[in-house]
Amino acid sequence: MRVVDADCFHCGLPVPPDSDFLVAIEGVAQPMCCRGCQAVAQAIIDNGLQAYYQYRTEMPESGRERAPQALQKLALYDRPEIQKSFVITPAEHLREATLILEGITCAACIWLNERHLQQLPGVKDAHVNYSTRRARVSWDERELSLSRILQEIQLLGYTAHPYSAQRQQAVRKRERQQDLRHLAVAALCTAQVMMLAVALYAGAGSGIEPQIVKLLRYASLLLTLPVIGYAAVPFYKSAFRAILSRRMNMDVPVTLAIGSAFIGSTWSTLGGRGEVYFDAVTMFCLFLLATRYLERNAREKSTEAVENLLKLAPAMAVRIKDDVQEIVPVVELENGDMFLVKPGESVAADGAVIEGESTADESLLTGESRAIAKGLGDTVIAGSINLEGPLRVRVTGAGENTVLAGIVRMLDRAQSEKPKIAQMADRLAGYFTYGLLVLTALTALAWWWVDPQRIFEASLAVLVATCPCALSLAAPAAFAAASSRLLRRGVLLTRGHALETSSHVNRVVFDKTGTLTYGKPCLQKTEPLAEVDADRCLAIAASLEQASEHPLAASFLAMVDQDRLLTVEQPQNTPGKGVNGVIGGIRYALGNRAHSPLICGNGNGNGAAADDDGVTDVWLCDERRVLAKFSLSDALRPEAVAAVRALRAHGLMVTILSGDSKGAVSHIAHRLGVEDYYWGMRPEDKLAALKKMQCQGEVAAMVGDGVNDAPVLAGSQLSIAMGGGAEVARASSDIVLLTQRLGEVWQALETGRASIRIMHQNFMWAVAYNMIVVPFAALGMVPPWLAALGMSVSSLVVVTNALRLREGKLDDD
Amino acid sequence: MPIMVLGYLLGLALFVVIALGLGFFWAVKSGQFEDMEGPAQRMLMDDDDPMIPRRKLKQGED
Repeated sequence: MRVVDADCFHCGLPVPPDSDFLVAIEGVAQPMCCRGCQAVAQAIIDNGLQAYYQYRTEMPESGRERAPQALQKLALYDRPEIQKSFVITPAEHLREATLILEGITCAACIWLNERHLQQLPGVKDAHVNYSTRRARVSWDERELSLSRILQEIQLLGYTAHPYSAQRQQAVRKRERQQDLRHLAVAALCTAQVMMLAVALYAGAGSGIEPQIVKLLRYASLLLTLPVIGYAAVPFYKSAFRAILSRRMNMDVPVTLAIGSAFIGSTWSTLGGRGEVYFDAVTMFCLFLLATRYLERNAREKSTEAVENLLKLAPAMAVRIKDDVQEIVPVVELENGDMFLVKPGESVAADGAVIEGESTADESLLTGESRAIAKGLGDTVIAGSINLEGPLRVRVTGAGENTVLAGIVRMLDRAQSEKPKIAQMADRLAGYFTYGLLVLTALTALAWWWVDPQRIFEASLAVLVATCPCALSLAAPAAFAAASSRLLRRGVLLTRGHALETSSHVNRVVFDKTGTLTYGKPCLQKTEPLAEVDADRCLAIAASLEQASEHPLAASFLAMVDQDRLLTVEQPQNTPGKGVNGVIGGIRYALGNRAHSPLICGNGNGNGAAADDDGVTDVWLCDERRVLAKFSLSDALRPEAVAAVRALRAHGLMVTILSGDSKGAVSHIAHRLGVEDYYWGMRPEDKLAALKKMQCQGEVAAMVGDGVNDAPVLAGSQLSIAMGGGAEVARASSDIVLLTQRLGEVWQALETGRASIRIMHQNFMWAVAYNMIVVPFAALGMVPPWLAALGMSVSSLVVVTNALRLREGKLDDD
Repeated sequence: MPIMVLGYLLGLALFVVIALGLGFFWAVKSGQFEDMEGPAQRMLMDDDDPMIPRRKLKQGED
């Protein structure tokens, strides 16, 4: 018998005893854990890609579950009616598709996929995007089919899904590229214009030939044209739309300022008299475009998560009709149809089990970390994963009628409602603009009586000096600085209102499973009940669990070194109950109370513990007696205590809302020192509790992770999602904690407070500056160049003040 | 005369700006700004054959 002493060279899982899967890699026979890994490794070597093993930094997913039948499904993707939704035809015979790649863990995976695909005859181009994990492949349809490409990717041990929201992505990509081009034009021209402006200002101070002034002004005009005619176009469009819908937004004053300053400057240049403000115009555009670009980038990171949500539900299902199995696209499933869900697959539609027994992982949809037993008559949810045995399911809801689709719809609705607070700044700027326009008109009128010669100079001075530049930069500059500060700490802001709202928050509501805890069971306690010691019991248990795919199995295997695992003969897996097998001639059984008496004989009194306190008990027996009791529970995140303490220290109230049992919740609450906790709550209950708090005038921040939290997250004033949680939760949240460190909750709120403080300072400054400069400008005592300088300095003060948010300590309170 | 020199210089600056602008437009169009992380990683992948031939150890020799 071979001693188990190795990990699979390909995937890093332990190599089962008595297995003999070897692949020669650079002259050394390397052990593999299964036929799947062996095939993958062989494919890599045969294609001369062994460098992958040299450069990879992460282990890939195991090849264990990839059955040959999966390949059969791929053939469906060659059907033209299915290809229609995701394949484009750039030229005759040329096809292009975007694929989502699953299983990408490091840069070496990308290299491997690109290299391998490019080597295939017929593939014209293959490119994998590192940050979105999407592959763009173009190929000649005469030389190979799409299923072959997908198959090749699977042979490498990855999974590729067609990415169908392609049109949407193309639109976003075009917008992003347009933004970049606007920004580039503005930046290039601004640099040139500023340079010329320095010459002009220096000349104005120390004397300059009028000829040269004229030349420099014409050059500035020429260089400002691309900014006015191209880079600033988004402002005009937005202003035009606002005026059409009879509203005022920031872009109306912006357009007015740009337009009037440019026309005024052009007038001066052509007439050879007066001041020019080309530098101010271009700089203004550049500042605004840059802040908008940064803002947009931060937001887009989160929308990608929504699109990848489509992945939760599979595209194909095995339909059973008159005892014939047939692979069909999920869209063809109808109510009453029967379909088969194999272990390891995700469920295609909502339905009721009519045959088979298994457990399902619904953690993505419900946040429930424990696998849920599924037997005859139980309901299964589309998108959940079948873990143990095959299930026959009768469809009760498909397509748009699934729970998953409902959640997505709910999110759409919640997201389409724009928070009121975000529109306030725009409205204020609107009023400001009306005032500004009236003031400019009054100035012009007054000067018409006094000295018509100076009408333009004075009214332009008013318009330029009071240009809402500083005012309109006050908020976005602070926002961009704060979001970049938070992004570096792993906190992603996905909504414009997040910072404003977070400064008002006075209560933080936590979900328990997956938020305060890891959301995965961990072995907490081993209690030996016979003369066999705890270590030995654990080794036996872990060895038995090797054959199981139950989530609890992983927590046992994590506790025991690979080399201490024992060889198990005749392993048996009873879904929903436990595992048993023979080690060293003795039959051991490991499982829940329902499983143990099978072998232990009738209960010996130890099986009475309830699962009520969130602890799952697992019993180990040999043929005669109970050897040990293992207690597993969902462990508290180590930083949770400090995070909660920090929140309370800053005067915030903390509440826990959980769907879990009373014992589990109160246990966690006591450890955190939280008195305000609720248990056994469904998503509707959580939402109701939250609404009640809101009615009492509280501003609550909800911290959650699962899809079941999505409605609650969407309903709270400020929602914070854990980065590792369900994608829907992230999609409906205002803030995402990418690092999953709970301590960042306070960081986010603190930065929110600080940024609002700085925004207020900025507004104060902008208003004070205007109050002082307007009377002088209106009286004609401010030459336009001074007005322009004042405007630039005032913007600079605002931006510099905002940049304080980026670095260092925040002087709170 | 300095005005002529200045004129040439400004023309040159304009030319450079246009060239830079076109270069940037091309870079955006060819998707170089789509993935800001990948190329940095890809650079480290030493996947081509070594440029300097390694001395091969022949069997039987020491």
